[in-house]
Amino acid sequence: MVAFIIRRFIQSLFVMFVVALVSFAMFQFIGDPVNQMVGIETSLAERAALRERLGLNDPIVVQFWHFILNAVSGDFGISYQHKRPVADMLLERLPATLELSAVSALFSLLVGIPMGVYTGLNRDGFLAKIFLTISLIGISLPTFLIGILLIFVFSVTLANAPPISVFGLFAIDPSVLQLPSFGRGTVVEIGGWRTGLLTADGLKALIMPSITLGLFQLTLIMRLVRSEMLEVLRTDYIKFARARGLANRAINFGHALKNTLVPVITITGLQVGSIIAFAIITETVFQWPGMGQMFLQAVQNVDIPIMAAYLMLIAFFFVIINLIVDMLYYVVDPRLRVDTGKAAGHG
Amino acid sequence: MADAHTSAPGLLDPLRRFFDGDVWASFKRSPVTVGAAAVTLAYFMMAAFGPWIAPHDPFDLAKLDLLDSLIPPAWMADGDPRFLLGTDDQGRDMLSAIIYGSRVSLLIGFASVLLSMVIGIGLGLLSGFVGGAIDAFIMRMAEIQLSFPAILVALLINGVVIGYFKTHPEWQVDQVTLAYVVLVLSIGLSNWVQYARTVRGSTLVERGKEYVQAAHVIGIHPAKIMLRHILPNVMGPVLVIATIQLALAVIAEATLSFLGVGVPPTEPSLGTLIRIGNDYLFSGEWWVTIFPGAALAILVLAVNLLGDWLRDALNPKLR
Repeated sequence: MVAFIIRRFIQSLFVMFVVALVSFAMFQFIGDPVNQMVGIETSLAERAALRERLGLNDPIVVQFWHFILNAVSGDFGISYQHKRPVADMLLERLPATLELSAVSALFSLLVGIPMGVYTGLNRDGFLAKIFLTISLIGISLPTFLIGILLIFVFSVTLANAPPISVFGLFAIDPSVLQLPSFGRGTVVEIGGWRTGLLTADGLKALIMPSITLGLFQLTLIMRLVRSEMLEVLRTDYIKFARARGLANRAINFGHALKNTLVPVITITGLQVGSIIAFAIITETVFQWPGMGQMFLQAVQNVDIPIMAAYLMLIAFFFVIINLIVDMLYYVVDPRLRVDTGKAAGHG
Repeated sequence: MADAHTSAPGLLDPLRRFFDGDVWASFKRSPVTVGAAAVTLAYFMMAAFGPWIAPHDPFDLAKLDLLDSLIPPAWMADGDPRFLLGTDDQGRDMLSAIIYGSRVSLLIGFASVLLSMVIGIGLGLLSGFVGGAIDAFIMRMAEIQLSFPAILVALLINGVVIGYFKTHPEWQVDQVTLAYVVLVLSIGLSNWVQYARTVRGSTLVERGKEYVQAAHVIGIHPAKIMLRHILPNVMGPVLVIATIQLALAVIAEATLSFLGVGVPPTEPSLGTLIRIGNDYLFSGEWWVTIFPGAALAILVLAVNLLGDWLRDALNPKLR
C-alpha cells in the first residue's frame, strides 16, 4: 500500500508541475506584464526598474523556478486589475465556494444514493421510471438553465402568486416558499472564515445554488448506484445471503449497497473537482461571492495572475482529493488491504 | 468499407445497404429516436434556411424599433400578432432571434466539434501508430487535461486568446468574428481528448492486423498507411463521439455566452439570448429568457438521444 500511495504521490507532483507550467505559459501569451501593471504616465526608467524587480530580465527557466517557489509559499502575485495580492483575494472568497460545493456534494450523495438503490431494487417500478426520466432531463439541461428555471419558479413566480385557498378553510400564501436568488444571506465570521451555515438566512440562500450545482452529480450518482446494484444483486453471495434467510433490508443495505461503494467513491471524488469548477456557472447565476465569480471576472478582464492562481488552486484540490480517494479504497475494500500484490494493479 | 475499392459500386448501393442494415432497422424500432431525429433535422433546417424562414431580421439594427421592446407573446393580453413569441429589450422578435440564434449556436458547435475531431484523430492516430515516447507524452497530456472539466479549460483558453488578440492589435478582427474564433478555439481545444483516446485504442488494434502488415511489406509510406488504411477503419466510434460532443459543444457555447465571454449581444446565440433575458426575469418579462432556454434544452435533448441511440446501434460494446 505504501508503494502505491508513494507512486500516486509522485504522479500528483507531476500533474502539479505541468499545471504550473501551463499557468506560467499563460503569462507569456499576453505580452509584457509591466504594461498591465503600470499607468500610461509611468516613465521608462520606472518601467525598467519594475521589470528588474519582477525578475523579468532573468532567463525564462529561472523565472519559472521563481514562479514555482512563490506559488509554493502562497504568493501568486498581484492582480492586474485590482492591484491586490491574488492570494488574499482567493482566501477571502474560498469559504463561499467551499461551502457551496460541500453542500451540493452532500445533497447529491444523500439524494442520489437512495434514488439509485430504489431504482436498482424496483427496476420496473413506476417511480423508478420517473426518476430515470428526470435524470435524463437533468443531464440534458445546462447548469445555468437549471438555475434560471429554479429562480423563475421559486423567486419570481411564487413571489407573485396569489394565496391558495385550501377547501375554503384557510389560505396558504405561496410566497412563504419563496427562496432568495442571489448572495449568501447573513454570514457569520469565525476566525477569518465567513460561514453562511449558521444563520437561517444563510442556509436558505444555499438551497437553490446547491441544488443547481448538485443536480448533475445527483443524476450521475443515481445512475451509477443503480447499475452497480443491478450487477451486485445478480452475484452468488447475494443469492447465498437470501438462502440463509437474511432479511431483505440486511441484504440490500448490508451486502449489496456496501459493494457498490467503491465506484461511487471514485466517481464522487472525481466529481468534487468538477463541482468546484462548475461553481463558476452557479456562482454567476446566483451572484454568489465565491472564487468562481472572481475567476470569471478575471477571464473577462484578462487578469492572468488570478487565472493562473485559480487554475493551480483547482489542480491542487483535485490532486489532494484524488489522493484521499486512493486511500479510501483501502478503508472500504478489505481485499486491497490483505493482498498488496493485487492491489497495485487495482484502480 | 472493406469492399469499397474492389469494384466500382453503383451510386445507390451504399444507400440501399444502409436501409437494409441493422442500423436502420433499430432506428425504425425506436419511436423516441425517430422523434429525436426529426427534431434535430428541424433544427438543422431552421439553422440552414433561417434568413428565409424567420419573420424578421433580428441582426439588422436599422429595422429594430425600440417602441416594440418587451412585447409579450402574441396569445397574451398585450401581445402583438407580428411577434409570435414576443420581443426582447431591443424590440427584436424572439422567434426570429431564436432561429438566428440556433444558427449561430449550431455553427459554432459544428466548427468546434470539427476542430477537436481533427486534433483528436490526428494525435490519436500518431499516438497509436508511432507509440513509444510520443504516445506516452500525448496520453499523459490527455490525462491531465481530462482531469479538469472541459468548461474550465475552455474558459482559460478563452481568456488567453482574448488577451492575445487584445495585446496584438496587428490582427485586425471585428468583435463578432473574434468571438466566433475564440469560442471555436476554446471549445475545440478543450474537447479533443476523447477522440484521441478512442482513436488510439482502435489504431492499436488495427495496427496489428494483416492488411496493415501487407501494406508495410509492399513499401507504402507509413504516413500513407496511417491516413489511407487505418483512418477509415477507426472512424466508426468517432462518429458516435462526435454526435454526443455536438450536444456538449452547443451547451459549452451557450454556457460561455451566458457567462458573458461568448457571442456578443449584437448577433446573439441561444446562450446570449438567455443571458439578455436573465436581466428581465424579475420584472416579469419571462419570455425573453424562457423561450431561448427551451429551444436550447430541446435541441440538446434531441441530439443527446440521437447520440445515445447511435452508440448502442453501431457498437454495443462501447457502453
